Amino acid sequence: MNGGLLFYGSSVFLMVMGIFIAITGKHLIKILLGIDLFDVGLNLLIISFGYVNGGTAPIFSKYPHIFKNVVDPVPQALVLTAIVIGVAEMAMGLAIVMKIKEKFGTCNIAKLKELKW
Amino acid sequence: MIRKIIAFLVVFYFGYILYSFIAVNFPFGERPLKGVAAHYVDKGIEEEGATNIVTSIVTLYRGFDTLGEVTVLFLAATGLGLLLAGMKEEEKEKPEPTLIMETTTRYLFPLVLLFGTYIFIHGHLTPGGGFPAGVVIATGYFMMFIAQKQFKPSEYLLSATESFAGTLYVIMGLLGLALAFSFLANVMPLGVPNTVFSAGIIPVIYIIIGFKVGSEMTGILAHLKEA
Repeated sequence: MNGGLLFYGSSVFLMVMGIFIAITGKHLIKILLGIDLFDVGLNLLIISFGYVNGGTAPIFSKYPHIFKNVVDPVPQALVLTAIVIGVAEMAMGLAIVMKIKEKFGTCNIAKLKELKW
Repeated sequence: MIRKIIAFLVVFYFGYILYSFIAVNFPFGERPLKGVAAHYVDKGIEEEGATNIVTSIVTLYRGFDTLGEVTVLFLAATGLGLLLAGMKEEEKEKPEPTLIMETTTRYLFPLVLLFGTYIFIHGHLTPGGGFPAGVVIATGYFMMFIAQKQFKPSEYLLSATESFAGTLYVIMGLLGLALAFSFLANVMPLGVPNTVFSAGIIPVIYIIIGFKVGSEMTGILAHLKEA
């Protein structure tokens, strides 16, 4: 199995599963978890773009002869940002879910009549 | 059921198109380093002094981005506090933590804090840095929230640490603007690579970020626990 199928395939699989859970789930926390799966898959995809064949992590040490080539450090720095944003998003989402549960007494979106028009 | 099958087909089709587009246009691992990435890898150590290239990108080359990211985290923590402020506390029968759990966490807590400190001090040498270190510290506090009944960190102290660290970060950026005419410029001496006292302002910024993220995440956990 080549790396492209493994990494691209698994990240696309995670994204697809995330969207599927988010659009078919009935429970609010399930929907949030779907969005988070999408987030994780996207992060994995961005890191996979930066891979260079035979490359090591972009951290140098006292022995520079080991480092023939390194992977692209830019996607890793971007994904660090994206992970933190994901945590912030999950925290806000969970707070809103707790508020909905307190106000309406349910987390099931089929029973939240106030959302319908 | 029909809805689910249709949804699955649509989503599967989306994934298939996405995968085939990526696999054709970006062959895995065959893209050479060029542009800014090649510059960071080749010149990173002599320009900024940090052996961890990702760290020097996050704190210096793309420092503005990180400042925005820290602001987003701050907004999330504040918004969470605002949303959960009016929640009435439910009277629930909470299970008593066992003796083993209580004793273990009491001895483990300082070690977890020490490990977090190690990670943010060595951010420019090893994998890690301010953000993971903050999360490790918050994990220590989370352990205490679960296992100790009376444990309650001072909310005032948490928000004071957070605001102080945030202000200090902006002050470090303005220092670069004043001394080197560039926001967040590396104004301190670079030192010898591969030692703790090297890489100019990177360790300073990561210590600030470690404190800030640690106090913010602890605040988020405390709010979620109380509600």
